[in-house]
Amino acid sequence: MIIFVNGKRRESAASTVSDLWLLEARELDVESTNGFAIARNGIVVRKDRWDDTKLADGDRVEIVRVMQGG
Amino acid sequence: MIVDDIFTVAGTPIRSRLLIGTAGYPNQRVLGEALAASDAEIVTVSIRRASLDRHGSSTINLLTGYRILPNTAGCETARDAVLTAELAREALGTNWIKLEVIGDRETLYPDVTELLDATRQLVDNGFVVLPYCTDDPVVSLRLADAGAAAVMPMGSLIGSGMGIANPANLELICRRSSVPVIVDAGIGTASDATIAMELGAAAVLLNTAVAKAEDPVRMAYAMKHAVEAGHSAFLAGRIPRRSRAEPSSPQLGLVGS
Repeated sequence: MIIFVNGKRRESAASTVSDLWLLEARELDVESTNGFAIARNGIVVRKDRWDDTKLADGDRVEIVRVMQGG
Repeated sequence: MIVDDIFTVAGTPIRSRLLIGTAGYPNQRVLGEALAASDAEIVTVSIRRASLDRHGSSTINLLTGYRILPNTAGCETARDAVLTAELAREALGTNWIKLEVIGDRETLYPDVTELLDATRQLVDNGFVVLPYCTDDPVVSLRLADAGAAAVMPMGSLIGSGMGIANPANLELICRRSSVPVIVDAGIGTASDATIAMELGAAAVLLNTAVAKAEDPVRMAYAMKHAVEAGHSAFLAGRIPRRSRAEPSSPQLGLVGS
């Protein structure tokens, strides 16, 4: 399945938002979801819905985090 | 005894009239110490795509105990700003948002039409909206009409350190606004923050002036006192300016007369 994560096209085995988060969290070396949020196709997916939100081919996912800012 | 009036945003009392940004400090230790020295209650953060080459994990831990105000910095459309605000609410569990919609990357000037549109949408969605806006009295009135919890007119260009470019406008905005006025952007040094407060601002938001000072911790300390001094002077009421000298010592009983 092809999805777009933060604007980058990628082949992914993740079937839900939770799956995708676990893959990303490992890559980012983070344990907590605190300070992170995910949107799928322009709509925020709340953390309590990550498990049951399925990903589909062509989905555009934004994974964001809190950064320093002014 | 001197009693301060209370600064509130959307009914929430805020202890400090200095709001401070968390970006661009030499390192995390200096950031932490500068925030402490500023005595600020509200600190701002941004929301960015998570990526391996940018580290943000320790930032949020460092900000425990502060009221975190996420921003939509860099957004150029109401649509992107609304989504960023919604992501911020999910990431941080706060419905407060510093709304920035930029119309031009060179000046980082706010795009007023997009800003008003985004303010309305976010207010409808239950956000407490603090929009960064131009120092235009009509824009500030319209934003308050749209439900903004405060207005944040620019002192001058973001990061410029040029101070208060249009004090007459800011004074007008402060005098007429039905919501708190937080002067945001352009503060370069302590006296700029004092001037903003003397003009009647409820608070000042700054970042670069502290983060890029030679000694950020000391500048944060200076800003805390500058804001307090300016606010006290505003409440005290300054003397009118006159073009002639007015002797302050008694004129009778001069020696030798």
